Amino acid sequence: MRITILVFAKLRDLVGTPQLVRDVAAGSTIEDVWQALAGEFPAAAPYRAALSAAVNAGYAKFSTPVAEGDHVAFLPPVSGG
Amino acid sequence: MPETPILLLSLTSGALDVQAVIRRAEDEAGSGRHGAVAVFIGNVRGENLGRRVLELHYEAYEPLALNAFGIITAEAGEAWPGVAIAIRHRVGRVAIGDASIVIAAASPHRAEAFQACRYVIERVKQIAPVWKREIFEGGEAWIEGATADPSDAAARKAAYERACG
Repeated sequence: MRITILVFAKLRDLVGTPQLVRDVAAGSTIEDVWQALAGEFPAAAPYRAALSAAVNAGYAKFSTPVAEGDHVAFLPPVSGG
Repeated sequence: MPETPILLLSLTSGALDVQAVIRRAEDEAGSGRHGAVAVFIGNVRGENLGRRVLELHYEAYEPLALNAFGIITAEAGEAWPGVAIAIRHRVGRVAIGDASIVIAAASPHRAEAFQACRYVIERVKQIAPVWKREIFEGGEAWIEGATADPSDAAARKAAYERACG
């Protein structure tokens, strides 16, 4: 199934683009999506412990399953305000 | 020229109009129900970590940031019923001395307004998906703070305790 991955700030710099479209296996979780991304962009891999995630603009746990057409976002530590 | 009303929770690439944010919170509180308004204005500092800062570039995941503001104001509404809160955050380039965020909390009495306003800025810093890139003399760097997790009860408690401290 096809999903869209969104990355921001320093993570976007490491990946080189703000948005990627990727095919993932049915039953994949956000964690699986991250592992595939980290495999593709090893420089991003050490980020895992500091990241949070969202699906379709709602916060989500890494254990959340993803579905066809989902927008999965990975968020580096935030610094707003 | 008539002014376009702003949304209660919003992001903008334009300069922040503090009075507009205050009015929005007052309107939300309702006529005669805002005996107190507490306002927080976050400005861009010209110095950070011992280096001279030239400007900041803010980036946001906007739909999630608006959701985050909604979560935060709902939390504040639980803790301080009757407090109306407006939040407006800058995105894009922000010059030194300019405001990057304005929060207004309107309530019948001052104690709740001050506490809710402080709570909201603490939570924005903890969970809102907004990032600043610092352009300083001699380089640029992303600033990274908290890992955003709205379900982190310890972080929420810490924000509450700061607000009530």
